[in-house]
Amino acid sequence: MTVEEAAAWIREHEAVRPRGGGTKLGWSPAGDAADLDTRGLSRILEHNEGDFTAVLEAGAPLVEAQAAFGAAGQMLALDPPLGESDAATIGGVIATGDSGPLRHRYGGVRDLVVGVTVVLSDGTIAKSGGKVIKNVAGYDLAKLFAGSFGTLGLIARVALRLHPSPPRTATVTAVTDDPAELAGAAARLAALPLEADSLDVSWQEGAGRLDLRFAGATAGERAQAAREHVGLDTEIDEDDTERWAALRDRQRGDVVLKVSGRPSDLPTLIGALPAGASLVSRAALGLSWVSLPEPAAVAPLRDAMAPRACTVLDGATRVTDPWPAVDPGVLAVMRRVKQRFDPAGAFRPGTFVGGL
Amino acid sequence: MDGRLAAAPEGPTVASPAAQADADASPRDLRKLVGELRVICGDQWVFTQEHQLRTYESDGLLQYTAIPAAAVVPGGAEEVQRVVAACARAEVPWVARGAGSGLSGGALPVEDGVLIVLSRMKRILEIDLENHRICVEPGVTNANVTAAVAPAFFYPPDPSSQIVCSIGGNVAENSGGAHCFKYGFTTNYVTGLELVLPDGELVQVGGRELDPPGYDLLGAFVGSEGTLGVATKVWLRIVPAPETVRTLVAFFDSTRHAGEAVSDIVQGGVVPGAIEMMDAKAIEAAEQAARAGFPMRGAALLVELDGAERECDARFEEVSAICERHGSDDVRVARDEAERQRFWKARKAAFAAMGRISPNYFVQDGVIPRTKLPEVLERIEQLGQEYGLIVANVFHAGDGNLHPLVCFDGAVEGEAKRAEELSGRILEVCLEAGGSITGEHGVGVDKKKHMPKMFGEADLDAFQRLRCAFDPAGLANPGKVMPTPRLCGEVPGPYRQHPLEAAGLAERM
Repeated sequence: MTVEEAAAWIREHEAVRPRGGGTKLGWSPAGDAADLDTRGLSRILEHNEGDFTAVLEAGAPLVEAQAAFGAAGQMLALDPPLGESDAATIGGVIATGDSGPLRHRYGGVRDLVVGVTVVLSDGTIAKSGGKVIKNVAGYDLAKLFAGSFGTLGLIARVALRLHPSPPRTATVTAVTDDPAELAGAAARLAALPLEADSLDVSWQEGAGRLDLRFAGATAGERAQAAREHVGLDTEIDEDDTERWAALRDRQRGDVVLKVSGRPSDLPTLIGALPAGASLVSRAALGLSWVSLPEPAAVAPLRDAMAPRACTVLDGATRVTDPWPAVDPGVLAVMRRVKQRFDPAGAFRPGTFVGGL
Repeated sequence: MDGRLAAAPEGPTVASPAAQADADASPRDLRKLVGELRVICGDQWVFTQEHQLRTYESDGLLQYTAIPAAAVVPGGAEEVQRVVAACARAEVPWVARGAGSGLSGGALPVEDGVLIVLSRMKRILEIDLENHRICVEPGVTNANVTAAVAPAFFYPPDPSSQIVCSIGGNVAENSGGAHCFKYGFTTNYVTGLELVLPDGELVQVGGRELDPPGYDLLGAFVGSEGTLGVATKVWLRIVPAPETVRTLVAFFDSTRHAGEAVSDIVQGGVVPGAIEMMDAKAIEAAEQAARAGFPMRGAALLVELDGAERECDARFEEVSAICERHGSDDVRVARDEAERQRFWKARKAAFAAMGRISPNYFVQDGVIPRTKLPEVLERIEQLGQEYGLIVANVFHAGDGNLHPLVCFDGAVEGEAKRAEELSGRILEVCLEAGGSITGEHGVGVDKKKHMPKMFGEADLDAFQRLRCAFDPAGLANPGKVMPTPRLCGEVPGPYRQHPLEAAGLAERM
């Protein structure tokens, strides 16, 4: 498939749902739309090693792209859970704004995409940005489309900023069953100029853990030096790949609520967890993923965290409204954005925030 | 800055239907609107006399000038909202202005329009160190944000004008600075905005939390150059101040050697806080102004590493070794903060100092993939020779952001025009190398003519869709960014394919 063929296909269909590896199809209602499978658009178009950039087609599996970058000692600093058979595509990750523990240091999808080519419902193929890491020419449509869940158009190609892949990593880890102690340690570490790659706090059945990961030539020494700031008994793990894969996996489950909060919300959030829940939090960012035992647990947790925005990811189709409420004034702007980019209402109509 | 052009520049064009309808008529009578502005902001904050308005005729790019019908200096968000609403009712275009230090004519007033000056709105509203946030009004200067959260925290984007430039302007332009290769741009730090939309509505997008639900309107707004509305409150992410900073300047015989050193430093996995390069002409100018004791060599490379002490120490030795390997026989390490400041003063003085070696100059702002640096510099030098003009180069070498300074003498007939043409040719070279026409100064009025070289008609049409979603009447900073004025038109109703069309029996013409 080519981008032009995708555009022709879109023009012929009244309602369209772009999909990649299908690892997050449960994250919002399917709606009454024909699937546009992007896996025919799966090429790595450019890997400019010297410039630390790459251009990918949307359907390229992230795992394959990372392998290609890794061969040159580079990485895309984006490590969301990749779903079953590691099938997640770069387009799907960008469209859902997904991320992983590396977000602590490198930012989210919106911070790593430097250019985008999109296809709109009338078949228009348009690009924004470029393939250099610094550029302010024109509007930044890449950010607008990132996290739009395929409701504005098809993300067909993306240009990305890459980073050096660190030679070594080391993790400082500590456990406690006191939420205040755990949150206090995380806050203390977040306020220090440690330049850690990741800072996760997790909680399950009354037991909490903190994981602070360093990367780079001096990762081990820096992890050692950070121990004194934790204020808890700590251990060092220099073979930490599995540990972080497990933390990533905790972002997925039967019913997962993503909380857009503040770092200082952590004790409240832990206190509000129902029995059987499991939490992983990017503690310095205030972003948390709570895996819940059943859809009925969503509403009480939302109430406890109000007015923070809580979005149901996994299990979205099993709750009345997976999206948090949006201020009516802001929603009106979003509606106008939707109307301008997708006047035909072809892209996943009625499935997004506020019924967009 | 110098570089005023005698020739009249291309004036701002107004895309608003109302203004266009009046284009043939005599200048609009804005007395009623001005009266409303006086009621909203108070007499003393509304200026209509030409000698008062002259203050605002340009931003940092002096070759473009325009006198607005009125300048108004609101004291708070509510006044801004009422001013914008009054303009919307009167169908009068308006331009928001911060410190006026922008370098693309982005804050150039619209003639017969209203200029909204945000310089009175400089309160710091909230400091939340626990959650690493600060909330400020748009008139607060960039440097004052860091000052408010120091010493434990800082605000990384640091445009050279940081002492004067305002956060509102930084938001409009998505400002970068010397440290953005490592730390990113304004857009990576804005977590919330209170906005007055062009119809006069006041909305809050985001806030202290990340990932607000729905479309990323923050991402769309930051860098939109005042064409989507005006920010009246800005929530920013701040970060812990680095444990240590190490700075060196290495001198090379040529920019090629310095460029190769940059490549090796970055390839080796080092992400320096800043890597800045100056060529011989820029060194000469900087030395005249700052007297940092720089030798007259082919290129100077300023490398700054910041972060964790251990990592910095290890990496700093690597960087010194790389510079030496690429032929630098003169690597100077800043021994203390005073010496570090001297290095930076020389680098930051390079722009202003050009005035000492050339009567006038244009500052260009192109971007290239970093690996293309040697060939692009060679091409720029060739072009300079072709045009018989001197081009000095200062750049953020890490991210490939070039600032060629095209020198000319405005008193020599035709030289300004030749310099402007050369400046444009340099951008074409950047585009051919796979780059961009602007890395941090913005498109504004100055570069809109170059937009079609970088973007096709479909791309520009997509941009216009965003603009129309925010500003269907085209009143917010018209005549900027887009190369030609465009109207929005009504939102088309949902298109549904007619069954006859589907069957191939009919076509919509």
